[in-house]
Amino acid sequence: MKLDPKIPSGPLEEKWTRYRSEVKLVSPANKRKFKVLVVGTGLAGASAAATLAELGYNVHVFTYHDSPRRAHSIAAQGGINAAKNYPNDGDSVWRLFYDTIKGGDFRAREANVYRLAEVSANIIDQCVAQGVPFAREYSGYLDNRSFGGAQVSRTFYARGQTGQQLLLGAYQALMRMVDAGRVTLWTREEMLDLVVIDGHAKGIITRNLVTGEIRRHAGDAVLLCTGGYSNVFFLSTNAKNSNVTATYRAYKRGAGFANPCFTQIHPTCIPPSGEYQSKLTLMSESLRNDGRIWVPKKAGDKRPPNEIPEDERDYYLERLYPSYGNLTPRDIASRAAKRVCDEGRGVGPGGLGVYLDFSDAIKRLGREVIEQRYGNLFEMYERITGENPYEVPMRIYPAPHYTMGGLWVDYNLMSTIPGLHVLGEANFSDHGANRLGASALMQGLADGYFIIPYTLGHYFASYPKMDVTTDHPEFQRAEEEVRARLAKLLSIKGHRTVMSFHRELGKLMWDACGMSRNAEGLRAALKRIPELRAEFWENVNVVGSGEELNQNLEYAGRVADYLEFAELMCLDALTREESCGCHFREEYQTPDGEALRNDNDFAHVAVWEYTGPDSPPKLHKEPLVFENVKLTVRSYK
Amino acid sequence: MKITLHVWRQPGPQAQGRFETYTLDNISPHMSFLEMLDVLNEQLVTEGKEPVAFEHDCREGICGSCGMVINGRPHGPRRRTTACQLHMRMFNDGDEIWIEPWRARAFPVIKDLIVDRSAFDRIIAAGGYISCHTGGVPDANAIPVPKPAADRAFDAAACIGCGACVAACPNASAMLFVAAKIAHLGSLPQGQPERYRRVRRMVAQMEAEGFGHCSNHYECEAACPKGISVEYIAQLNRDLRRAELIGEEVMP
Repeated sequence: MKLDPKIPSGPLEEKWTRYRSEVKLVSPANKRKFKVLVVGTGLAGASAAATLAELGYNVHVFTYHDSPRRAHSIAAQGGINAAKNYPNDGDSVWRLFYDTIKGGDFRAREANVYRLAEVSANIIDQCVAQGVPFAREYSGYLDNRSFGGAQVSRTFYARGQTGQQLLLGAYQALMRMVDAGRVTLWTREEMLDLVVIDGHAKGIITRNLVTGEIRRHAGDAVLLCTGGYSNVFFLSTNAKNSNVTATYRAYKRGAGFANPCFTQIHPTCIPPSGEYQSKLTLMSESLRNDGRIWVPKKAGDKRPPNEIPEDERDYYLERLYPSYGNLTPRDIASRAAKRVCDEGRGVGPGGLGVYLDFSDAIKRLGREVIEQRYGNLFEMYERITGENPYEVPMRIYPAPHYTMGGLWVDYNLMSTIPGLHVLGEANFSDHGANRLGASALMQGLADGYFIIPYTLGHYFASYPKMDVTTDHPEFQRAEEEVRARLAKLLSIKGHRTVMSFHRELGKLMWDACGMSRNAEGLRAALKRIPELRAEFWENVNVVGSGEELNQNLEYAGRVADYLEFAELMCLDALTREESCGCHFREEYQTPDGEALRNDNDFAHVAVWEYTGPDSPPKLHKEPLVFENVKLTVRSYK
Repeated sequence: MKITLHVWRQPGPQAQGRFETYTLDNISPHMSFLEMLDVLNEQLVTEGKEPVAFEHDCREGICGSCGMVINGRPHGPRRRTTACQLHMRMFNDGDEIWIEPWRARAFPVIKDLIVDRSAFDRIIAAGGYISCHTGGVPDANAIPVPKPAADRAFDAAACIGCGACVAACPNASAMLFVAAKIAHLGSLPQGQPERYRRVRRMVAQMEAEGFGHCSNHYECEAACPKGISVEYIAQLNRDLRRAELIGEEVMP
């Protein structure tokens, strides 16, 4: 496996401009001859599919949902960053770039991150033109708010439903192209394998989720826009159907998987309430703008929050990180919450929670202002917990939320398999070891609207066009493997449900590879996961048949992939002997408990190559070269 | 809590459906409604029986996947709440709960509680957008939008496309869904050039899909988990009349 990041030469500020002037083009008349298979319809997939279709490519887009609008981007709440500097508070492309690189604890590629910051402003223009109803001032101009990890206000938002509004914009653009006959939309169609012919990605195998029909789709390029894998933890803020299958199957076909252990735990989620819990609900980070986080100073203080006097409360983020306070980045806020709970100062059932208190903000600004800013979030909290956050402080606890790791891509967003491009959360590229709030929406749309339209043409123009049909033996082989696997899952008829395996794996991963990791725990998990996987393949019970709508079978296939992928995550976490961003190895910390990076040995991207079912994956390293920023200890104090 | 469920089971679009009765003990009032169904399904799978098929994804009330008629009301008894955000504390120990799919000609049943809502996508494809290509748009602040207009657009754009409005309407009309998109885009300056073309095309598609017409029952607004106002239907009708009388040209 060769890792050539293909970073354009020249000064950082000129790389993307220069690339766009020098990139190879496909003539308008030829574009329709290229068929592009886009998998996933979230922000990255929908924006890419719509834009490529506008350019004239023949686009086929696939989603396992009933409609492209259901993709999990829809649930993003807080906002989207852009270096517009509308508030005149000193923001710039450089500053957004620097905050993102630093926020990621210097484990991302400079050139990619700079490009992201550069196109961020275009995204806002595009979304406004599409009719995205961003928040406005009375002047009619756009409003901004601040977010974790930044000292400027650069976040654009649409109440607490920014992801929904951005996705609907991209979805509508996509449906316009469907109506124009330029996009073929495949709904309820799940990708189950990638087809690689002569070293290039040339197709996918899908299963129709209503009829069970297995189909072959040939194309000139494949774009995976299939999101992240936080559901490996069973309980996460991801939608129930979000899964690793598309990227993991691509990995098994030869795509390098980068930094799988970089998973983000979001500090502000509603704590679980019982064993039956099926998912965790995020409360937008924007709440930290006005909410103050605290726990009682005394361990085991069981008094209701309103009865604990001011001087017996520990506003620990404000105390430990005075310059950022409640707006410290997510990894730091999460670990601080874990630490105070581990000290026995956690609140609520099981002591797994900290208070997020709005009483000061309500006193200062009035209930009406708070209601305007966070009304829908407060309502959601009340619906789930039965408690009124205007009167008692919210209880929050960290939960798995986003995965920075993903398939390795070069500057062109192309994986180690030529023709296979990976966009949005599914790739590894921009967030390093920790993503800043409001940057996921920015990256998904940057990749889809403004980067892939250039880089995909470059791929097409760089290789001779290969005309493959679905009769090719590789399609035959991939289809047979998919069929055999489904048949196997249906034939076991054991005694345990798919969910019981998923729940057990999730617990194991949360304990060994969650908010903090150590070698001993990771080694134990690496021993336990293959045992659990073996039991799965002997004792899982999948009911029904493959020739019909069978949600149990869909779920089983996804959990089977998690049972393999989890091992890769633990292996990556064990191999990275440093703490950086969200990857906190207990052996590597400063005396006051902060992450201790090791830039000499680990300033690289860890890329794993699949070598077969019975041999361990092979590690490759892409060194990270920092020519423009100085690696510093990340301090938010 | 002990609960008795009567769940609509239908193996496929052409098959005959029927209610099946199940009892569940030990339901916690803190469970969500869908977690209660998870418990039922785990029990069914353990017994080697087919679990109840129902759609769900985000479980945060925003993706619009879930939707079922609970005791005769789309999304159940709590106002402005999707089925996934409904919690068992809204029910009492010993309750009987009837669960059915959306029922509308334009939403054929696929299996059990899952219906085909692709008609909504085709309505959006017919005109529920602003035609702008990627790139080549003005700076975002070059299009000031008065705050009341932005707020109105947002309130309409909050629609999650779940289809509860159709399920609640005695005519199985999709007017609230269509009106929400008309009002979202029609309230903004960016949406003006296509305003009248949009309304004609979306309404024509709605009719072609077999949805009924609005006869002012307002059941849709009551059932809408996002509280979308029927006032938008008036805006739709106004825009449609104008488009029919004067044409699609937008007056300055």
